Amino acid sequence: MTEIYLDNSATTMVAPQVADRMHEVMTSYYGNPSSMHSKGVEAERLIREASRTLAGILKCNEKQIIYTAGGTGADNLAILGAARAKARSGKHLITTKIEHPAVLQSMKCLEDEGFTVTCLDVDACGHISLDALSEAITPETTLVSIMHTNNEIGALQDLSAIGELIKSRNPQTLFHVDAVQGFGKTVILPKRLHIDLLSASGHKIHGPKGVGFLYVGEGVRLLPISYGGGQQGGIQNGTENVPGIVGMAMAAGLLYEHLEEDTERLYDLKVRLIRGVADLTGVHVNGLIPVGERSLPEDRCVTVRDEKLTVLGTAPHVISVSFAGVRSEVLLHTLEEDGIYVSAGSACSTHKKATSATLTAIGLNESLAESTLRFSTSVYTTPEEIDATINAIRTKLPVLQRYTRN
Amino acid sequence: MKKSLFHTFIIKYAEIGIKGRNRFLFEDALVDRVKNALRDMAGTFYLRKTPGRIFLEMKEDFDFDEVVERLGKVFGTVGIAPTLSLEDEGFEKLAEQVVSYWGDMYGDRMNGEKPLTFKVNARRNRKNYPKNSMEINADLGEVLLQAYPQLKVDVHKPDILLEVEIRDRIYVYSEILPGPGGMPVGTGGKAMLLLSGGIDSPVAGWMIAKRGVTLDAVYFNAPPYTSERALQKVVDLAKIVSEYAGPINLHVINFTDIQLKIYELCPHEELTIIMRRYMMRIAEKLAIDSGALGLVTGESIGQVASQTMASLVATNEVCTLPVYRPVIAFDKQDIVEISERIGTYETSILPYEDCCTIFVAKHPVTKPNVNVIRRHEHNLDEVIGPLLEAAFETDRVIRVGEDEE
Repeated sequence: MTEIYLDNSATTMVAPQVADRMHEVMTSYYGNPSSMHSKGVEAERLIREASRTLAGILKCNEKQIIYTAGGTGADNLAILGAARAKARSGKHLITTKIEHPAVLQSMKCLEDEGFTVTCLDVDACGHISLDALSEAITPETTLVSIMHTNNEIGALQDLSAIGELIKSRNPQTLFHVDAVQGFGKTVILPKRLHIDLLSASGHKIHGPKGVGFLYVGEGVRLLPISYGGGQQGGIQNGTENVPGIVGMAMAAGLLYEHLEEDTERLYDLKVRLIRGVADLTGVHVNGLIPVGERSLPEDRCVTVRDEKLTVLGTAPHVISVSFAGVRSEVLLHTLEEDGIYVSAGSACSTHKKATSATLTAIGLNESLAESTLRFSTSVYTTPEEIDATINAIRTKLPVLQRYTRN
Repeated sequence: MKKSLFHTFIIKYAEIGIKGRNRFLFEDALVDRVKNALRDMAGTFYLRKTPGRIFLEMKEDFDFDEVVERLGKVFGTVGIAPTLSLEDEGFEKLAEQVVSYWGDMYGDRMNGEKPLTFKVNARRNRKNYPKNSMEINADLGEVLLQAYPQLKVDVHKPDILLEVEIRDRIYVYSEILPGPGGMPVGTGGKAMLLLSGGIDSPVAGWMIAKRGVTLDAVYFNAPPYTSERALQKVVDLAKIVSEYAGPINLHVINFTDIQLKIYELCPHEELTIIMRRYMMRIAEKLAIDSGALGLVTGESIGQVASQTMASLVATNEVCTLPVYRPVIAFDKQDIVEISERIGTYETSILPYEDCCTIFVAKHPVTKPNVNVIRRHEHNLDEVIGPLLEAAFETDRVIRVGEDEE
């Protein structure tokens, strides 16, 4: 059975050339970058090259990249490190209800330390309200953390407007962006967007697991959250994951080489999948944007339940669909029987209910939230795979809908 | 306890000591179980059977705690005594060794306010030993009192009972770690356990195995409604039970189609009862085919709708083999306590949906009428034959608790 992997927001296949390169680094350039001899110098040079690649993508200085043990590590360092460093000038933080747990749990940790956190609502498309943000910012606000691309519904925030607003309301407030799902999918220029801190991860972009990075803007001070040998300016201690760093940077470089055409291709696939299932009974598509009076290219628009929606302004690779009357887990395993791998929007069983915070925040009712699947594509996804997925859903959904728990 | 002193364990058994002419069968089974329990331990060991005892001698460096933990899971043992195994070099030498042993074991317990009391209990299996048991008791007691004047003898309720067994070698022990009791698995026939992913059925299996019964098990799998992880959880549970019960043949039966047909053709509030009737039928067939003499379930009166007495009547009537329900009169908390003790609890509470809960009705019948159930079951007459056949086709046997991994 061929495999159709549509869970790329969970993790991605490592690009073969990246894996090859990492193997080479592990077996030939295994020195410790802190060592004084040439093996160490060699390894340090590899890290510097990686930083140059990433800095080129972000249009920043290579010294502004700090490597972490992944996206979670980068979010933790950004939020805990920045909030604590600025604790004397204020203890108010702002975030949104649809952030990744790496952000929300860091905020919770700070709440326990005496910080106050404002959690912004989002609308049905997953967008925060600029007015609400503006109102929330006070002279005490030291950090705003808002994600670039939502991992469950693919909502994109208007980061340019948000960055501008934050700095106009309080120039001292730092702006952190969790770009774990967005980096590698869009051009993100932190400086232009007034972003002070930006997190990304290796394994979401066809790089390895266990490595990520944090962009740290000029003049932004962080306190370390782990302690050790003083690597990376004492901010992120521990011997650098050289093969991981090399692999991540290489993977990023590969994606940004063909970013524009890939983005168009991913949008094509997104529209294709949605059109393929939109007419089925009980189908709801989450996170799309109503077209309204705008005139947009037809190939970027879909009609779902008589409403005209567009994929523009949403992430090209995340597709969230609810299938009323079927628990997501059941549909997931059914697709799995055909070799199609997807994610459940909300993990749930009779023993434990964990309705997704994002799906709740966009106003999806509980029963639809429990019937939501996330399809996430990658540059390796083909139209044929999407068609096979549509076929599988069209065949199996009606059968499953006959048997429901009541 | 100074664990490094010991290279020998005496494994004591009680109940099987009284089985008359079948005794050797029980002892052989116990030796077998001990061997199996220690099978992948580092180092070599020797097992020796003598009447009433099994001697385990570890030959190389070994992990005392691991041996004790594993022996503690062998049904049929009532006690495990870490033992000194000494060569007979005369009474003088024995006295010296006992004094030194005492110091190592109880050196730090002799300085309390109340004097530590003891009694020597010698047994002379080798009748040519120059002293008889009474003399050994008196003389060793004397030696100990001289060496440790703070000790006192108490022949009725001693704090420490020092056992000395004179055989080809001399065995000295004073601590007996409790064994699990029961009967060696393999002496009581075989039973088929209906294993779900819950708390009760592994405990039920464990209890029946404790009576010497070999277990096979059946799990009803319902993909895509239940996941790969739910099956893995059941395999993990069977594995934990097999640490006590020995290897288990776990049958995995795909039950989805039968379940869906029942859902389609029978009243919804009777779904669980009818489903359980088919599970019993399938389990019984597997049991008979594999030579098992009974079914085992984790049912407990009134715990859920399908376990009221009326429901049990309805599920019980489809089989002719006895159905053993060892936790039938246990409160949930009692079952939980056993599952914690035997190590299944943590796995049982992992939140994967099992086949019993997917289509459960909001208000299932609690007092099913058998006649009504039978009548509704007839709705399946035209389809159930092939469905059952197909279900048996899916039977996949996973051998759990052997070194296959």
